[in-house]
Amino acid sequence: MEISKRRDSDGIHLTVTGELSIYSVHDLKQELLGALQEAPEVEVHLGGVTELDTAGLQVLYLAKREAVAHGGTLRLVEHSDATREVLDLLHLSPYFGDPVLIPGVAEEAAR
Amino acid sequence: MNLDPALQTFFAESADLLDRMEEALLRLEEEAGNAELVNDVFRAAHTIKGTAGIFGFDEIVHFTHQLESLLDRIRDGEVAVTAERVALLLACGDHVRAIIEPVANGAGLSPELRTVGEALYARLGVELGRGEARETVTPAAVPVAGAMPAASVAGEAVAMAEHWHLSLRFGPEVLRNGMDPLAFLRYLTTLGDILHVEVVADALPEPARMDPEACYFGYEVAFRSTAAKAEIENVFEFVRDDLQLRMVPPGSKISEYVKLIQELPGEPMQIGEMLVRCGALTAQELAQGLARQADVDAEQQAAPEQHVRPIGEILVKQGAVESTVVSAALEKQQTVRDTKAQEGRFIRVEAEKIDQLINLVGELVIAGAGTQLLAMQAHDAAITESAANLLRLVESVRNTALGLRMVPIGATFQRFQRVVRDVSRELGKDIELVINGADTELDKSVVEKIGDPLMHLVRNAMDHGIEKPEVRVANGKPARAQVMLDAYHDSGSIVIEVSDDGAGLNRERILARAMERGLVAEAHALSEKEIYNLIFAAGFSTAEAVSNLSGRGVGMDVVRRNIEALRGTVELKSEPGNGTLVRIRLPLTLAIIDGFLIGVGAARYVIPVDMVVECVELTAENARSARSRGYTDLRGTALPCVWLRDVLDIGGARARRENIVVVQFGEGKAGLVVDDLLGESQTVIKPLGHLFGHLEGISGSTILGSGEVALIVDVVALIKRIMARTELEQMRYAPPPALSQPTLN
Repeated sequence: MEISKRRDSDGIHLTVTGELSIYSVHDLKQELLGALQEAPEVEVHLGGVTELDTAGLQVLYLAKREAVAHGGTLRLVEHSDATREVLDLLHLSPYFGDPVLIPGVAEEAAR
Repeated sequence: MNLDPALQTFFAESADLLDRMEEALLRLEEEAGNAELVNDVFRAAHTIKGTAGIFGFDEIVHFTHQLESLLDRIRDGEVAVTAERVALLLACGDHVRAIIEPVANGAGLSPELRTVGEALYARLGVELGRGEARETVTPAAVPVAGAMPAASVAGEAVAMAEHWHLSLRFGPEVLRNGMDPLAFLRYLTTLGDILHVEVVADALPEPARMDPEACYFGYEVAFRSTAAKAEIENVFEFVRDDLQLRMVPPGSKISEYVKLIQELPGEPMQIGEMLVRCGALTAQELAQGLARQADVDAEQQAAPEQHVRPIGEILVKQGAVESTVVSAALEKQQTVRDTKAQEGRFIRVEAEKIDQLINLVGELVIAGAGTQLLAMQAHDAAITESAANLLRLVESVRNTALGLRMVPIGATFQRFQRVVRDVSRELGKDIELVINGADTELDKSVVEKIGDPLMHLVRNAMDHGIEKPEVRVANGKPARAQVMLDAYHDSGSIVIEVSDDGAGLNRERILARAMERGLVAEAHALSEKEIYNLIFAAGFSTAEAVSNLSGRGVGMDVVRRNIEALRGTVELKSEPGNGTLVRIRLPLTLAIIDGFLIGVGAARYVIPVDMVVECVELTAENARSARSRGYTDLRGTALPCVWLRDVLDIGGARARRENIVVVQFGEGKAGLVVDDLLGESQTVIKPLGHLFGHLEGISGSTILGSGEVALIVDVVALIKRIMARTELEQMRYAPPPALSQPTLN
């Protein structure tokens, strides 16, 4: 897993690529919570996530809860197939409250 | 993630399971009422399905699920075991075996496999019959909260939900144990539809205290499926230790749900709402249920004494229920533990690792021999003794290491049950396979290579050896014929016998055929045995021979070549009217042999010590006559002799003193004339490279303690070669006296 960080006027953008699994959750937790402390608005780009397991999901869930608790926002965007499948399986999209774009639409939106 | 090792295990396990399934099915044909056998078959199919599910091999899961459904019906006694059903199940087992690899490799199924699979699937469906109908019942509507009136008496009230409610709470270690709850939910979807999932994240602590590798999530799942309770439970078999699973079946009483709510950690109302969201309860049902519970509690508090009895009864009742449930659970755990203990007695090790170990032990043997040589040269008694000790230990290490590769031949033999069954039906003969010595162990690499020749022999015996039942009865034999597979150890080699109680070989026809093909000269007076063994001769098994000789001997030369490639021998005995016996003699292992070291000039050669009968000196006066006649007098019998120096084209002058090494192979004897006898030595066989692979008479090389290379003499091949050459010469010159040809006897 790799995380790259970018800051602009909207807040912090984290782009996560690779396997978001138990092997990388420590880093993910630090980056996400760190970002939430730096700025109230954090956007997590998931387009490059190839695998999402329970451990990874728990950290995303935790970060979302933290953001809401402290009046910030955490948005998950550009869901990859792997992340979308997990969110669908667990009916978790409402929790994160982000619009999940189906691939065709996502591509058009990107253009 | 690299799944390769896990996949390999999956392959190996599935193969084992399919073998076991086949064995059980074959026995089931005989003992239709044996429930244990049905269970065996069911378990095999079920485990394969489960594992395939974890890997996400949907095609395998899809097919095995259908198979399992039928087996489940059989297990419940709803469907009887008939010969046709067993045949169908066998075919299904074969199909699973065929699809595992293509599916697992991601190659997908070939059109043929797909067609076969669909046909079998459909046939399973037909057998399932009523079950199909049940499954196609309109899916239960998800109840809408509040829309349905609940029955008035909460205790008797049945919730409207027509789906399972599963409550999953995983242990914190489950992720670290390499399991992902998501995988089980995904697998669950193969049994039915997940209507709704509520993620229970109450356990997720503050960020600072949250261990990202621990599992905090629990799930409340609304699951629609026609699967049985045990089937759903089995989805979670692999996490059983790390999971609290509560299941409420469709159409349960509201009180069951209330009980569930109370059992679960967390706020009752919150969990209750989750159940409502899952569609397990309507909001009304929930309110009623909880209110009723509160009433009961209040009543208890208000007038405890009055209610002591009924509550006591309830508790007893509950206790009773729980105790059976608990004891059942304990029993299950016990059996799981037992199987685990049994599994624990075996370790699955990659064949590669054992080969590596044996290779190393081989090097150790060589190094040990070198040390001993040096120690002896040093003339120091203490060192010599220590080296001898060392070598003794190395030898037992070698034996143990080789023992690791030893497997009982039984598994190979068992495979033939199926072959015999299928072929005997095909041929319209009643044949039974009798197996003896299934525990006899031999090297795994030998086992792997012996399968094909054995198959050939067994098929031959059934096809051509055994008569039609009518003929048998007419000849006063029992209608049911026997094919026997025997294995036993015999002085450093393993003997495998394939025999039948059929008609035996037709001696005259073989002889006539052999003369026709020029394999024997007419003048030769051949012994019975020599005639029978003619069918192993190359060129004897042509298509023409099949029709003329009723096919006996088809591919027998291939069988012989395969066996000789394993440094084994094969011979055949036959008694007209009473059957035929083929005896295969194989070395126990291919990796290390006890060798007998000989010297010719400066070169060193190794002969397998098992073949050496004795060594005698070739005296100067005997040498001359022996050389001209090609044989010598060994205590009154003629011993054909071969000069290794000539045969192997080693130059140099002949040694002053020569020795004869008398070797035995099969039932023949010959003498190898060499210069020096250097004694026994452990020999690690190193195969010859491709360049020398075709060399006849040399089967490999080895490195001696001194670092010299010695070639291993393939005695059988060497003598064959000489015999062939002598025959050529015989043809060229006048017909020689019978003895000048080295015969096997």
